[in-house]
Amino acid sequence: MSDGVIFALLFATYVVMLGNTAGGPTGKELFSLERAAGETALLLLSSTTFGFAAVALAAADRSRVLLWLVVTVALGLGFLYLEFGEFSGMIAQGAGPDRSGFLSGFFTLVGTHGLHVSIGVLWIFVMIGQVLIKGLTRPVASRLARLGLFWHFLDIIWVAIFSVVYLPGVL
Amino acid sequence: MELLGRLTFDSLPFYSVIAASGAGITVLGALSVMAVITYFGAWRLVLFDWVSSLDHKKIGIMYIMVALVMLMRGFIDAAMMRSQQAIAFNSDGYLPPGHFDQIFSSHGTIMIFFMAMPFLAGLINLIMPQQLGSRDVAFPFMNSISLWLTTAGAGLVLISLVIGKFSTAGWTGYPPYSGPEYTPGVGVDYWVWAVLISGVGSTMSGINFLVTIIKCRAPGMTLLRLPLFTWTVLVTSVLMIFAFPALTVACGMLALDRTAGFHFFTNAMGGNMMNYINLFWLWGHPEVYILILPAFGVFSEVVATFSQKRLFGYISLVLATCAIGLLSFTVWLHHFFTMGSSANVNSFFGVMTTIIAVPTGVKVFDWLLTMYRGRIIFKPPMLYTIGFLVTFCIGGLSGVLLAMPPVDYLMHNTTFLIAHFHNMIIPGVLFGYLAGYMFWFPKAFGFKLNEKWGAWSFWCWIIGFYLAFMPLYVLGLLGMPRRMEHYDIAAWQPHLIIAAIGAFIIFLGIVCLAVQLVVSIRDRQQALDLTGDPWNGRSLEWLTSSPPAPYNFALVPQVQSIDAFWDMKQRGVAYERPERYVDIVLPKNSFIGAVIGGAGFVFGFAMIWYIWWLARCARRHLCRHRHSCLRRRHHHRDPGGRSEGHRGARFAQLAMTPKNEMADDPGFAGQPLPEGAA
Repeated sequence: MSDGVIFALLFATYVVMLGNTAGGPTGKELFSLERAAGETALLLLSSTTFGFAAVALAAADRSRVLLWLVVTVALGLGFLYLEFGEFSGMIAQGAGPDRSGFLSGFFTLVGTHGLHVSIGVLWIFVMIGQVLIKGLTRPVASRLARLGLFWHFLDIIWVAIFSVVYLPGVL
Repeated sequence: MELLGRLTFDSLPFYSVIAASGAGITVLGALSVMAVITYFGAWRLVLFDWVSSLDHKKIGIMYIMVALVMLMRGFIDAAMMRSQQAIAFNSDGYLPPGHFDQIFSSHGTIMIFFMAMPFLAGLINLIMPQQLGSRDVAFPFMNSISLWLTTAGAGLVLISLVIGKFSTAGWTGYPPYSGPEYTPGVGVDYWVWAVLISGVGSTMSGINFLVTIIKCRAPGMTLLRLPLFTWTVLVTSVLMIFAFPALTVACGMLALDRTAGFHFFTNAMGGNMMNYINLFWLWGHPEVYILILPAFGVFSEVVATFSQKRLFGYISLVLATCAIGLLSFTVWLHHFFTMGSSANVNSFFGVMTTIIAVPTGVKVFDWLLTMYRGRIIFKPPMLYTIGFLVTFCIGGLSGVLLAMPPVDYLMHNTTFLIAHFHNMIIPGVLFGYLAGYMFWFPKAFGFKLNEKWGAWSFWCWIIGFYLAFMPLYVLGLLGMPRRMEHYDIAAWQPHLIIAAIGAFIIFLGIVCLAVQLVVSIRDRQQALDLTGDPWNGRSLEWLTSSPPAPYNFALVPQVQSIDAFWDMKQRGVAYERPERYVDIVLPKNSFIGAVIGGAGFVFGFAMIWYIWWLARCARRHLCRHRHSCLRRRHHHRDPGGRSEGHRGARFAQLAMTPKNEMADDPGFAGQPLPEGAA
């Protein structure tokens, strides 16, 4: 819930800052819908595969849980790779967060989400280790359920980012 | 000097006598605490029984110790400001402007974040689980992390006295002044990181308290049987969970502006400093209620106990608490009516602000009606409560005045405002916490605090308060702005001198508190609380022994009514010997909470001074321990036989003290007797 409030305020700040480009590039010049669509596809797909992991967990099938967690983590890493490329590309063309208030808002909002995804990826790695070593014990299952909530939450935030940041930015 | 970032020899406070002596006192204080611990050979005890403890009662006591230390520090700041202003008519006084600015900034920061917040968290930790009939909070380990993160923030503020300077931007840190362009030094960074780190701890505390109340209640303890203190904690926790993220966002953005060259709040490059003020008060206003609601809870417990009557209007108090919690999110703009919003926006927030006085008024009437026809016993907590009721009404009315935007335009940033919010926070918050401290002290330590010195402290505090703050109302009407280092208007000086005298009397009040503590420890054998129920109490925390066993309750009590313990006494089942004892699982002590707090402190310090390698190390450390949070916690089992041993001794003791410890008091209305016994 607290995290939800943080994102709500970051969204609000981004919208307030939308026009404050200080003569720098606007979203229209910077955002690439293809890349954003790729990021979206990867993240949404990773949510689905995590769902498969949860189904396998309910069936107490350890190897399938592991398989789907590995797929999820790979998709998450792919998302981070794309986002990292996007950020470094923007910084390389002089559109870093210190260029304008608008870009500060953009980098903080999308970057905070990216940071959450990185933490999620780390967390999945830890849980893969726990499933390997401890098996699907009750505490491990409960942690997986909580990790699932976190991962799907990030997905929802991304849908909001896509609809508030990228779509209006490009259109 | 890449290795130490921007930390150099010049950061040490040898540039002024006053700053150097402040630093000296801080260092000497720390050294003498260590010396005392070494002298008593108590390091093992301190480390293994306290620092690593996950027991909610010990964590609560440590929180309150932090709060009392910071109260001293914050008060010294206040006394310096009052004395400076008393003499600075047409003269420079003894504090240069830069130093004066640091002092008012640290006074506000300390009193809100590092006095009031730890005091609140301490009282809640100590009492709330016991009132629920629970053995611990929901997440004991997270509780320890919260404590040590708060302590880390307090440590950063304290060390700013010794190394470098503190912020000069006030406790609210408004940009653009607090931005990198106008305040490049480390001061604002100290403020930002102290607030951020302790804010994370507070958010986690809020989650912990809320889950505890929702999930860990004794059987039969329905929501509408919760003692009122616990109700206020419930609402406060919700406010903490929703409000603190706003502070994290505001301070985080300010940190990005300052450290990474972002443009959230800068003058140029598309920054918008008004956004900071909105975000800050989106936290700041609920924070006022986060602080005051638990104090209202304390007053509710105290007033019922010492009026020897059931609390009047329980349901209306619960509803009023919830209403205040909800409304507290709808009034933040009244902190900056002068920002230039449209008349309609200002009127909306003005109206909401006046509405919030309604549930507060309901509460005042409920407390008054609880006292009505009660047989009041004037113990120190009750004195503080009555002092609060009278004084708080004055502050509330001046708040309703300020809620009118046209009036606020005249009063904005004058000492009238200062008088108003001190008039809310000192009687409302601090008196409440002090009442709670004296009320629950015997529960925590097994002996009562000296009542004579408690009464003296009350009278000093309240007389000092009136003398110190009523002149500020007048000064505000005379047009004196807040935060003046010196002035040239002769009419102001007499009022400022009276205010300084008031501050001195408050100082005597603090001395009385210290003497009270020392005297009580010396004479503790005469004031032992053998029954665990020193005030003829009403709620479940008085069922446990004083101090309680680590698990609080050997057998979790069955609750059948509001005022559960009173009801048990009435039914004659309060002290029944259970037929069998069960094994109890308790968490094992852990140093990881303290280590995380330490890493948080180092991380903050490194970020303030741009010591990047150290920040990276500390961050890596924090991440590593995040993993340990996922690891299985170690527990140890307290076998039923052992608690039977404890309880046996307790029942023997109870048999030897048949009458209540209040029984010798004039005006004692008698203990509730089992039905038919009379």
